[in-house]
Amino acid sequence: MNYADLFRVTLPETVLEVAAIVVLVADLVFLRKAVLRARVAAASLLGIAGCAVAWWAVGCAGAQGFSAGQGWGAGSDLLLAAGGTAGVAQVGILVLTALTLLLLIDADFTRHAGEYVAVVLMAAAGGMLIAAAQDLLVIFIGLELLSLGLYILTAFAKKSGKSAEAAMKYYLFGGMSAAFLLFGFSYLYGLSGSTSLPRVVYGTYMASAHGGTMLLYVALVMIAAGLGFKVAAVPFHLWAPDTYEGAPAPAAAFIASVSKVASFALLISISSVALHFFGELHFTYVKAYVTARIVSEPVHITPGIPTAWPLILMVLAVTSMVLGNLAALAQSSVRRLLAYSAVAHAGYILLGLAFFSWSSASAHAILYYILTYGLTTVGAFGVVAVVERATGSDRMDAFLGLQKRNPLLAAVTLVLFLSLAGIPPLVGFWAKFNLFAAVLGVGAGSVSLWLVALAIAMSAISLYYYLQVLKRAYVMPATDETPIQAHPVTLVVLLAIAAAVLVMGCFPALLQNWIASF
Amino acid sequence: MAWTIYLSFAGALVEALLPKGKNELARWLALAVAGAALILALTGFVSGMGQGRVVLADAAWVPSMGIHYLLAADGISRVLVLLTGIAAVAGVLFSWNIELRTNQFFAFYFALIGGVFGVFLSFDFFLLFTFYEIAIVPKYFLIAIWGSTRRGYGAMKLALYSFVGSAMVLIGLLAAYTASGSHSTALVDLARAGLPVHMQMWLFPLVFVGFAILAGMWPFHTWAPTGHVAAPTAASMLLAGVVMKLGAYGCLRAGMGLFPHGLDPWGFSFLGLGSWRDVFAVLAVIGIVYGALVALAQSDFKFVIGYSSVSHMGFVLLGLMTLNQIGLDGAVLQMFSHGVIAGLLFAIVGRIVYERTHTRQLAELETMHLARRLPFAAWAFVIAGIASMGLPGFSGFIAELQVLVGAWHANPWWTAAAGVGIVVGVAYTWRALQKAFFTDAVPTAHELESEQAHGFAPITWPEMAGVALLGISTIVVGLYPRILLDSIEPAVKALLAGGMQ
Repeated sequence: MNYADLFRVTLPETVLEVAAIVVLVADLVFLRKAVLRARVAAASLLGIAGCAVAWWAVGCAGAQGFSAGQGWGAGSDLLLAAGGTAGVAQVGILVLTALTLLLLIDADFTRHAGEYVAVVLMAAAGGMLIAAAQDLLVIFIGLELLSLGLYILTAFAKKSGKSAEAAMKYYLFGGMSAAFLLFGFSYLYGLSGSTSLPRVVYGTYMASAHGGTMLLYVALVMIAAGLGFKVAAVPFHLWAPDTYEGAPAPAAAFIASVSKVASFALLISISSVALHFFGELHFTYVKAYVTARIVSEPVHITPGIPTAWPLILMVLAVTSMVLGNLAALAQSSVRRLLAYSAVAHAGYILLGLAFFSWSSASAHAILYYILTYGLTTVGAFGVVAVVERATGSDRMDAFLGLQKRNPLLAAVTLVLFLSLAGIPPLVGFWAKFNLFAAVLGVGAGSVSLWLVALAIAMSAISLYYYLQVLKRAYVMPATDETPIQAHPVTLVVLLAIAAAVLVMGCFPALLQNWIASF
Repeated sequence: MAWTIYLSFAGALVEALLPKGKNELARWLALAVAGAALILALTGFVSGMGQGRVVLADAAWVPSMGIHYLLAADGISRVLVLLTGIAAVAGVLFSWNIELRTNQFFAFYFALIGGVFGVFLSFDFFLLFTFYEIAIVPKYFLIAIWGSTRRGYGAMKLALYSFVGSAMVLIGLLAAYTASGSHSTALVDLARAGLPVHMQMWLFPLVFVGFAILAGMWPFHTWAPTGHVAAPTAASMLLAGVVMKLGAYGCLRAGMGLFPHGLDPWGFSFLGLGSWRDVFAVLAVIGIVYGALVALAQSDFKFVIGYSSVSHMGFVLLGLMTLNQIGLDGAVLQMFSHGVIAGLLFAIVGRIVYERTHTRQLAELETMHLARRLPFAAWAFVIAGIASMGLPGFSGFIAELQVLVGAWHANPWWTAAAGVGIVVGVAYTWRALQKAFFTDAVPTAHELESEQAHGFAPITWPEMAGVALLGISTIVVGLYPRILLDSIEPAVKALLAGGMQ
């Protein structure tokens, strides 16, 4: 244990916390008398500057993680990872946070700009923590830091009853799921005697070989409930539609993107530890056990996390894909539609996690998916926010005649929604292709093929509801033809996001190489 | 030739950025772009004559996944690119009267055209799929915004059918890619990968049906009549003219080219069907006869043409399933021929007649004496109808003849059944021709009076130019089919030698 190391590894989080305090001080001390617009702009810019410095700090953190004590060898007792997938996710979190802060400039739901930005930065720090966490306790602390921030952000529109209602529901569900998660963690600790992920996997493997399998399953289901809540997987998704609908738009964008990226980064590290703990113990010959799946082949199935965890993820993936897409068909509010589509996308990604590869292909494909999805969703919420301000509603009918009322905004909507539907040459298609190719590359067998076929069929269905929005924007006549004005900064941000979605779709290798370079 | 793609997409972009209200500029710009694309396609076709496969562009696109941006052209591609060029120019000419959001119309139009050019020139399965999907979305907007009868329904149905088809193709693409070791998605590499026969046995029908949905194969054809009827004239010309060919081309290039063992006999027979080849051939024959019979019973002029497309595309699919040189030659030639003829028919019905009479009901047209009042339309339809029936001297004749000869070699019963379809084809064309243009009802004095009062607008020059372009194409190919066959034959031979049988 070396506290200088701890400081080095947590430097990005520290930067964010410092930035949060600076924002608070600047807003409450120096800008007390300033007009609201200036305060919002100052707070956003300070927050973005904090994200930029933190990005630089991520680069400084290097590839060496932070370990406690001295274990069996390198990598054991790791508390926080650095570099690799964690680094990619952290940079993704920072970029998406900065984008949601840019969307704040146009917002008018609160007079407490400083507090809002400070909470956003602290929640982002929590997200960065769980993206790197390798220890049950760190995971839990990071998750709570993130979640508490999100509850506050959801409730931030004090004048709106919906916002309060959404926050209350989110909080109750969230508190419950955190309790489940902690309960599951306590079983894992009891089975393995450790809180370090590799040791937990190893310990539970040994324990279940001696008859502790049922207890392990209970623990894993509890944990799946807790983490399934974070990524809005069916049946733990019930908070998502209400929260997406009630939260102020920048907060909803933050929940839909940053929180998702962080949670999936956590799932990636759990899945890869579950696969690689043998490697770390130099048991090279047991690779066959690890790749044994619940397929009906006559393979000796080992008990333990490597077999039970993918099965749970697979069930969550299938229910999320099917229910998310079917429920989205029936929505008339664009925000709720985005919520159910988020459930569906979580389903696709969980499929990638269930068939996790020994090599880094799956981790990279999932990161690619979640980062581009987060970017697209931030853009989609930006559009919804602009339309909502002009029409006072987020119903689909608020989009009527958008191509006439604001052609640029309509074009942005077209690009983003088609990307969500997975139409080439937009980035959403690449993400799906990448992910499904990774799934098929791992699961040699008919199960993975059927599940991928289901996922593709479901994404064909999803085109229908995305087209419902585009139909109103482009096809149906406007009931009200007054132009919709968007704040120039917002418009520039949205156009940049749409351009990025298009460019990354045409040159997918750019982002792939970047992810692989960590 | 690759510039046809870039030019179309550039055209789409420029049209999208044009300020509102400059309709005249948008039209001329569209004509210029389409004309330039046609010239490129034509020079590519002429200069490529006698050559085999020519690689146009090859760059690593996603190196880590082995995906290449690989554009190439062989004889089949060149013929279909030429068809697309012709159809694009004709489509612009027949869209001259679009006043609503003109620049957006042409933006979507060229996005579609660019995707179509791309599909015909892609020799990488992944790239082909990308262009294929790019072509789907603009179709939805073209129909939903500028369409007519039940356009929302027709457009959505078309989009969903296409997307379900492409989802099937995507599953096939992913499965073939990962089964071959995730090294490359180039068509050549996938074909050489030597996928196991049992895998090809299910991949082939999956990919074939996925593409055949867009080719209007019975019983997945139901999007075609409603889509054609709902679409604005130019879009239905493109839909019947080139988009249905995308499906047939995909069946040929990807379905049959990559999974040739999928056509092998199953080893048992069920209801007399012993392989996927028999299944699809029978479906194609049913499509031919069914489409023709349904066309015979329609009261809406455009539905007649819509169902006739299903029938004619049945010939393409039947030609593919013959698996011999002459049948496949016929299939490709039929793609070209039907593209031109269907475009002409839709143009006459949807643009020249409907824009003046504002009805497509045969019963109402019967009272209008169009042969006298719109002689140009009547004679143009006579030519197009004769070509569509497959009379000698027009492209349809030589194409369908080749398909039938090929089918005879494969299974004489297919020829016999398809022959019934041709006879019914004569009947429905004749019926439509007579009802719409050459009625024997004598006009009453009252009718004559109202005709005087509400004369039809004269035929405009874009209409004449479009009819001339399409009409000349079909006659030239009909009189001298070697123009196209010289390109098609070597390419088909190479494809067959590539291990299809």
